[in-house]
Amino acid sequence: MSETLLDVQGLRVRFGGGTEAVRGVSLAVDRGETHCLVGESGCGKSVSALAVMTLLARGATRSAERMAFAGTDLLGLDERGMAKLRGNRMAMIFQEPMTSLNPAYTVGSQMAEVMRRHRGASRRAALDRAAALLGRVGITAPGMRLAQYPHQLSGGLRQRVMIAMALMCDPELLIADEPTTALDVTVQAQILRLLLELQRELGLAILLITHDLGIVARMAHRVSVMYAGQVVESAPAADLFAAPTHPYTRGLLDCVPAPGKVARGAQLGSIPGTVPRIPLGFTGCAFRDRCAQAMPECSGDIPAQTRIPGHRYLCRLPAGWPRDAAA
Amino acid sequence: MSGFPPLRRIAAGLGAVIVLGVAFAAIFAPLLVPHDPFLQDLNQRMVPPSWMEGGMPAHLFGTDQLGRDYLSRLIYGARISMLIGVMTVITSGLIGITLGVLGGFFGGRVDDVVMFAITCRLSIPLILVALSVVSLIGSSLTVVVFTLGLLLWDRFAVVARTTTMQVRTLDYVSAAWAAGCSRSYILLREVLPNIVHHLIVVATLEMALAILLEAALSFLGLGVPPPLPSWGLMISEAKDYMFFSPWVIMVPGIALFVLVLGINFLGDGLRDLLGATRDA
Amino acid sequence: MTAAPAIEARDVAKIFRQGTGMFSAARHVRAVDGVSFAVPAGGCFGIVGESGCGKSTLARLILGLYPATSGDILVDGRRLADMGRRERARLIQPVFQDPFSSLNPRRRIRDIVGLPLAAQGVGGAEITSRVAAMLERVGLSAEMAGRLPAQLSGGQRQRVAIARALILRPRIVVCDEPTSALDVSVQAQILNLLAELRRDLGLTLLFISHNLAVVEHICDEVAVMYLGRVVEHAETDALFRAPAHPYTRALLASVLTPEPGRGIPDVGLGDTYPDPANIPPGCRFHPRCPIAVDACRTQVPQPRVLSGRTVECLLA
Repeated sequence: MSETLLDVQGLRVRFGGGTEAVRGVSLAVDRGETHCLVGESGCGKSVSALAVMTLLARGATRSAERMAFAGTDLLGLDERGMAKLRGNRMAMIFQEPMTSLNPAYTVGSQMAEVMRRHRGASRRAALDRAAALLGRVGITAPGMRLAQYPHQLSGGLRQRVMIAMALMCDPELLIADEPTTALDVTVQAQILRLLLELQRELGLAILLITHDLGIVARMAHRVSVMYAGQVVESAPAADLFAAPTHPYTRGLLDCVPAPGKVARGAQLGSIPGTVPRIPLGFTGCAFRDRCAQAMPECSGDIPAQTRIPGHRYLCRLPAGWPRDAAA
Repeated sequence: MSGFPPLRRIAAGLGAVIVLGVAFAAIFAPLLVPHDPFLQDLNQRMVPPSWMEGGMPAHLFGTDQLGRDYLSRLIYGARISMLIGVMTVITSGLIGITLGVLGGFFGGRVDDVVMFAITCRLSIPLILVALSVVSLIGSSLTVVVFTLGLLLWDRFAVVARTTTMQVRTLDYVSAAWAAGCSRSYILLREVLPNIVHHLIVVATLEMALAILLEAALSFLGLGVPPPLPSWGLMISEAKDYMFFSPWVIMVPGIALFVLVLGINFLGDGLRDLLGATRDA
Repeated sequence: MTAAPAIEARDVAKIFRQGTGMFSAARHVRAVDGVSFAVPAGGCFGIVGESGCGKSTLARLILGLYPATSGDILVDGRRLADMGRRERARLIQPVFQDPFSSLNPRRRIRDIVGLPLAAQGVGGAEITSRVAAMLERVGLSAEMAGRLPAQLSGGQRQRVAIARALILRPRIVVCDEPTSALDVSVQAQILNLLAELRRDLGLTLLFISHNLAVVEHICDEVAVMYLGRVVEHAETDALFRAPAHPYTRALLASVLTPEPGRGIPDVGLGDTYPDPANIPPGCRFHPRCPIAVDACRTQVPQPRVLSGRTVECLLA
């Protein structure tokens, strides 16, 4: 069951004006698995996903050593070939559903359009499927919702509609970019639970982009932590939380207030400073200015190390470096 | 800040050069003109521009039907156009911005009154009212400026009102209230500076419109009174001669076109520039 | 504790009129609908709830940005409504959620932080020195004073907002979602700073948030709001250990702690969402409540005091 569906090696994205947002990202998503891409704003996680979908804004250039989806080489695909895959075999949902739903059309006609375009289905059949999917994502009275416009729905309902729309053509891969960040906590739990159920039912592979380590812990099979355009640590979820190895990952985990972990009013762990701007031609570790463990060698090439098979990290420190030294 | 495409930057630069050039000509007109623009020389009527057959080096753009130097009249005409444009924008801007900001800031009853005023203004046929007012009171520079100023404030009011409403709800305005600032301080120091870049764009559009309207009024004989060399009046006076001496209508016509185009280019450029600094 | 509470709300309500157009009937939105609580001096009081529950409106009422429709807000036993704007500003200051919209983009940091001083009529030289000292106090270098907000990062901007809130040495700071627009690593820095300032300056904090983990970390007491009312109010430990209201239970269930393998809990609230313009009869939570009985549809629950907490639920 661990057949690789999406395989990206050495992805780079460069914007005009000499900034590199993604600097050699490699990630693989297996069928039926959730791969979480976690990091703070500006780390390049969303740009990476858009690069995979060939949805980058004009002025951005993408290069990669390898980028394959179910055996198809995405790098060699032209815009028409990509358009055939998008919304069909790979679908994407965004943080703010209003930006991806067209306010001028009803929910039903937008959902039906996806299937008519990709599958040539009849309007009737497409609407039937849309209604069935709306029911599946937990929307009561789907027939009524089909005739409504996006602005008539609440945020939680809109996100459910987006998910149903993404599922219209039975995609194999779902890329979800901060799908619950704009939602209330109770609605967030409902939407995430729905994604888990759908994954179990349909064997979906999910690339989930988030900044929330709580979501990562509860959703991910595999986690890649991004910092300044690089994946600094990648591991199976259980292993990453049990033995975080990169200083950034450890710092990030210390920042999250968790019940019982830190006494009330006591200091939370925090990472000093802010995310740096990375100029072209930057070498060494981008985290070194904020890292308590930094040493002079950190400005040279950083080796990729393996803690245990499947758990890689980008740092000079040995796998079991002592925690306490950080304070 | 170098985000917008090169063609638009070139246009914006061109606009700035044109507007500054015309403004320069208007301000220093007495020093620039080769001849007295009011001096008639009936021996040298309808002299074509110097590059045409029969042209004279002394009259670059030729002379008009009364033998006045056309280049000199064009430069003095720039004075009238710029004066009308600037004064109208100041008058209409004062009216429109005051109404719009008050309506947007206070909302409720005040806003209802402002909206009513805007709706009334939009129902008035612009040219018709301008024509009848000028023909009733008699035309002079002041009358034209005030008539246009009293008519062209609507866009200022609409833009000032909506932008004020947006800014009013932002947290820094709430923070200023909580800091104990007075109402007038918040209006003048927190709200107004943050809508000014929208208003500058409106000002350029209104200026271009005012210049065109003045030309139209002068063309119909109801703008600035005859000895003054307004571009619209020059076109009007030239229309009887245009078939035999097309330059008399083309020179002021092209000048008007270039100036209005330049102002619009500049307005677009300012919008890009001010928008970019705001979002940076 | 016999002294008057630092801040007290007595049956505070705020009703907004919406749609006052010529042809549409006005709708009444009961954003805050009879809220009472008291915060002792030096305490940290958390208000949690989802969007539309009225927590931000309550914050604005306490800041004096809106007048209350009914009820009273008292600071040290005196009515807020009776105070002038300068006096109120010396007592209560805000920190807002979005550090990008809470700083005027066209003014320098010195003017932003010094604004409350200027409003009190303090002179320019004194403003400059006090701003410099306050910037250092919140962990910024004094040379930041000459910069514009656009030149600062999100965390730095939030520090500026905190400096502005503290420059008058207020007794009460109202924090409306102060960390939810920030990255996790920066969020921790800001929370630590707020906790430290509260301890050093003896501040009373009103902390409004949708993030229960953050509230649990920083607050002594918590009120849970739903559609304009406080449905449960207790000391933080009691509330998190044994939530009594079904809505509190759902909120707590939906907190996703970073513990792998726990999966996503079923919060059991269905797909209806609260609408403050259309408050259901009976218990206002009943359409989403997993344990509602027939009585909940008709009978309005009254606040009841149970073992150190106040709950509004017929079944608690």
